[in-house]
Amino acid sequence: MRRIISILLENEPGALSRVIGLFSQRGYNIETLNVAPTEDVTLSRLTLTTTGDDKTMEQITKQLNKLVDVVKLVDLSEGAHIERDLMLIKVRASGAMRDEIKRTTDIFRGQIVDVGPNTYTIQLTGTGEKLDSFVAAMAEADILEVVRSGVAGISRGEKVLRL
Amino acid sequence: MSVAGLEQCIAPKGWRRQPYRVRYRLPQRPHSNLNCFGEGYASSVYVSGRDIVELLSGGEMIAKALEDEGVEYIFGYPGGAVLHIYDALFKTSKVPHVLVRHEQAATHAADGYARATGKPGVVLVTSGPGATNAITGIATAYMDSIPMVVLSGQVATHLIGEDAFQETDMVGISRPIVKHSFMVRRAEDIPATIRKAFHIATTGRPGPVVIDIPKDCTRPDAKFEYHYPETVKLRSYAPAQRGHTGQIRKAAKLLLSAKRPVIYAGGGVILGESSELLTRLARKLNYPVTNTLMGLGAYPATDRQFLGMLGMHGFYEANMAMHHSDVILAVGARFDDRVTNTVARFCPGAKIIHIDIDPTSISKTVAADIPIVGPVQSVLEDLLDILDSLQEKDPKQPDTAALGRWWQQIDEWRAKHGLWTGRRYGESDRIMPQQVIESLYRVTGGDAYVTSDVGQHQMFAAQYYKFDKPRRWINSGGLGTMGFGLPAAMGVKLAFPDMEVACVTGEGSIQMNIQELSTCKQYSTPIKIINLRNNYLGMVKQWQDMQYEGRYAMSTYEDSLPDFIKLVESYGHVGIQVTRLEELDQRMEEAFAMKDRLVFLDIFIDPMEHVYPMHVAPNGAMKDMWLSKNERT
Repeated sequence: MRRIISILLENEPGALSRVIGLFSQRGYNIETLNVAPTEDVTLSRLTLTTTGDDKTMEQITKQLNKLVDVVKLVDLSEGAHIERDLMLIKVRASGAMRDEIKRTTDIFRGQIVDVGPNTYTIQLTGTGEKLDSFVAAMAEADILEVVRSGVAGISRGEKVLRL
Repeated sequence: MSVAGLEQCIAPKGWRRQPYRVRYRLPQRPHSNLNCFGEGYASSVYVSGRDIVELLSGGEMIAKALEDEGVEYIFGYPGGAVLHIYDALFKTSKVPHVLVRHEQAATHAADGYARATGKPGVVLVTSGPGATNAITGIATAYMDSIPMVVLSGQVATHLIGEDAFQETDMVGISRPIVKHSFMVRRAEDIPATIRKAFHIATTGRPGPVVIDIPKDCTRPDAKFEYHYPETVKLRSYAPAQRGHTGQIRKAAKLLLSAKRPVIYAGGGVILGESSELLTRLARKLNYPVTNTLMGLGAYPATDRQFLGMLGMHGFYEANMAMHHSDVILAVGARFDDRVTNTVARFCPGAKIIHIDIDPTSISKTVAADIPIVGPVQSVLEDLLDILDSLQEKDPKQPDTAALGRWWQQIDEWRAKHGLWTGRRYGESDRIMPQQVIESLYRVTGGDAYVTSDVGQHQMFAAQYYKFDKPRRWINSGGLGTMGFGLPAAMGVKLAFPDMEVACVTGEGSIQMNIQELSTCKQYSTPIKIINLRNNYLGMVKQWQDMQYEGRYAMSTYEDSLPDFIKLVESYGHVGIQVTRLEELDQRMEEAFAMKDRLVFLDIFIDPMEHVYPMHVAPNGAMKDMWLSKNERT
């Protein structure tokens, strides 16, 4: 089962490697990983998606909590939440495909953020599923490059992850 | 010079306290009463408000912080990156330093010291090879949850990442085998970092903590204010202080309803200083107790309620009782694969109560029915209180008739295949290894500290030396580190110079750190080394006998073993060879009679002996054991 774990991490050198190391050391999967500083300079916020049965998930959250650099964590998939992945995709855009790509981008509510004589760079935000569908819809086009941020997530409503 | 002494020196009678909180530097020339070089810490002092603050270099701060932490011994080995620290220790420190012959031995000696005393072991090594040599010892301590602080030198900050001479990423290399690690970035952070390291190493589930210190942070010409913090604030580290009362109540009810209970106690009972409480609990309920390899001594071995060790080479009665139990109270144990055998077939009828300070240990391999996260000590106290109140209300619990039948069953198992109730090893004209341990037990009155290496000799010692007290059995249980025994014994002997310390070993293990015989000479640690000599890597050979049709791939030394007697003599110690059973006790007594000498007993044993019982694997349950070469349950 897919889970989204959100972590407040000490913004210390080496803290990230402890989290990543834990996953490789104990044979857990990481599907996506997103990490950036927060409004509090001493903290980073890390969102990772992983898969595993309930027993594995219990161990993953316990093991993460045991790391001294992990200040707090929540399994977002336990409740209502919002998840977003950002994708930048560069495609060959020439001839008839130029219009077609523009139309498909509009349907997905994407934006063309860079235009070259023969290329478009499209920015698209959404769940991982939506981004996958967009890539599938672009099957006819010549995809040159895809870059995704990995999932960032937050709980809905009053529930917050903070100190 | 102590802080108190320093204050006296710089604040003599009539010293005018500063009335306002302004920091200023005293004249560079030290106060006339202050003799700095070689005897004191400070070459200058600050007056910070009303507080008198010492000015120390990074190296001096390390020396001073270790003193303030109450460290009794530093085990280490010098090198380029730690020379400033060594110089500061040399000039100022009152903490004795033990110079080992290999950094691995420094960690094992600190580890042995920690296991015997309960205090954290302290290690100081240089960068690069010094640090990597320490890794095996750090991993050993990590697997057995032993408190240890390892200070490793690092190349100067500006050289980090440049593949400088003797540079290695110690924080990176040690990351999976430490409880936590620190990289010092500014010299002024040293005291607080050391305080945090000791706090983390010794609280909650203990473990090793590494502090990596770049050389420039310890340079003698940069001085800083020294404050050793009394308290530590770590917002993300708060080990449980108490168990959940509701869970403990549930556990108490389940315990009292048990008809076939077993208490399964591990190393956590020893680390949590709870042997007495455990014993009180077991006696109050009259429930049988089994100890893990790490838990030996947590419950007195000579007590009637003790079933012996459990697990792969556990006692028949212990493994049978576990398998047939209806309630298991696991205390400070972690359902290791060497205990459970096949997890899917583990104790099918048992409800499990699991007490542990570390939540990750609970339901990691075997699911707990009643998990209790908390320090063993406070949880057992609470459990005893609740049991008292429950029994007051209903004195008929536990069911004594059922318990009587359970004990009858256990006694039958004991009579049938119990290790201590009958002679469970073969007859031979050679010395049997079990007889050596029995002799050691007799001669030391069961009161020695016994360290071991890893292999058959370790299992024989665990089975046949009856440990009645915690912290007496010192072995590498989790990592299984050959080469642990001799340096660990050294650490124990330094901590308890008046106690007998024996290292039970084999030719394979002893040669992995035999260079420490030299350290034993330098620091006069008269331990007794009991070498169970069979000319094989015994445990490897046993597995090859049982599973590889006796093909001894790389488990023999042929004629390459040294003459151990001459070898130990060349180090200035005493060697005694024992080949006949009739002389075993006498030689053992002779060895222990030499109080101030290290004696190496090279005892030739029957090389064909195996360790039994042994779990049947793969796919066996706790109850499936080989009892001898041709008997199975």
